[in-house]
Amino acid sequence: MPAAGSEMITIVDYNGGNLRSVKRACDAVGIDSVFTSDPEAVAAADRIIFPGVGHAKAAMSTLRQSGLAEAMKTVHERGVPILGICVGAQLILDSCEEGPTDGLGLIPGQTRRFNLSDRSLKIPHMGWNEVRPTSDHPLLGGIRPGDAFYFVHSYFPCPTSNSDVFAETDYPEAFCCALGRDNLFATQFHPEKSGRLGLELLARFASWNGSAQA
Amino acid sequence: MLSRRIISCLDVRDGHLAKSVKFVNTKNIGDPIEKARAYYEDGLDELVFYDITASSEKRDIMIDVVEEVASQIFIPFSVGGGIRSVADATKLRLAGAEKININSAAAKRPELIREISDAIGAQSTVLSMDVLAVPVTAVIPSGYEIVINGGRKAMGMDAIEWAKQSEQLGAGELVVNSIDADGTREGYELKLTRVVADSVRIPIIASGGAGKPEHLYDVLTDGGADAALIASMLHYGEYTVSGLKQYLAGRGIAMRMGH
Repeated sequence: MPAAGSEMITIVDYNGGNLRSVKRACDAVGIDSVFTSDPEAVAAADRIIFPGVGHAKAAMSTLRQSGLAEAMKTVHERGVPILGICVGAQLILDSCEEGPTDGLGLIPGQTRRFNLSDRSLKIPHMGWNEVRPTSDHPLLGGIRPGDAFYFVHSYFPCPTSNSDVFAETDYPEAFCCALGRDNLFATQFHPEKSGRLGLELLARFASWNGSAQA
Repeated sequence: MLSRRIISCLDVRDGHLAKSVKFVNTKNIGDPIEKARAYYEDGLDELVFYDITASSEKRDIMIDVVEEVASQIFIPFSVGGGIRSVADATKLRLAGAEKININSAAAKRPELIREISDAIGAQSTVLSMDVLAVPVTAVIPSGYEIVINGGRKAMGMDAIEWAKQSEQLGAGELVVNSIDADGTREGYELKLTRVVADSVRIPIIASGGAGKPEHLYDVLTDGGADAALIASMLHYGEYTVSGLKQYLAGRGIAMRMGH
């Protein structure tokens, strides 16, 4: 397992530069990061952020064609700390309802679409909502009751095992908004768009040792 | 629970902050980035930068403003003003804009909504509509008409029909701006925001007319809006983001506190 702290963070770019907001957030808190679409650089990285926006099936197809899907599996097996964000938190599962498409299969589970019978609830789930930790995780340290993060999504992750769920949000029913296992952690919300709390989460990731033990 | 959002709009002309009153007599009131940063630190939920630069050769100043904002401010922000193509939208997205606001160009050519939505995603495609109250006719059954060019040109389009069509074409959010209320500081046009909110399933941002904290409360309850857009209430220092949020939270509106 890599030592904690100080490695360069490699941000996986599979969307033509549209995911650069994560890099800007890392810059703002003094975290060294590079933005790359090179599969070899991803496979050999010491620390990975796997962001995502857009359509899951299109994203997965780009990842496969570019070789980044294999690179993600390789770097995951190496045990380095990985943070998935938004669609990145969905693609780590076995399958995604959006498409549908297979995912990377790094954590057992699938995604589901919000199925809201109440017409007054909007899709996508867009805006600031409370993140409620359900079990301890080093990356969620410091979150207090009522703390909100920024979400924009129509699908949400459903890990098969409850032990992979680390936080929930209500819309209107509880759904998993943070999941993880071993060296992999992922948030459905956007830390890079969530003000001070989001930047703090990114800073914690930069020095995380890759273990879910608090 | 999903919070209601407070969004501030900064009208930027040639890189400077401007504030319009009824869309005429714009005046400069300072540095947009400095203002945006202060609001961010005071808990603002989202920012809108609207480019009202008249000359095309000065438009690239906006790209610099967007890059600067994106490197300092870590909440969603959208950029609008003069966006006519996917290329315009993509350029601003790469500079760091989370969302793209389209208005007149979409009213003139609705397919633009679909093109931009396909390119950058519905969640990043915001349709702004400028709306004027008019007598009810067969063409404008709701009594709300779409106007462009800062309210100077009527489009002969019903605002409710346009809202529904925009949603179908791929808009992920609607800004509903009342030309009648804009700059008056006498309150949002509640009936308008309510009928639009009831006719689509995407979030509604109410715009135009905010002058007092009660106006925000009214539009987030009776007006059915998901977010309230404010400008002059903040720009002249009369109110603060945190003060408005405390007031609204005290009246039972779900608000994100802190920053």
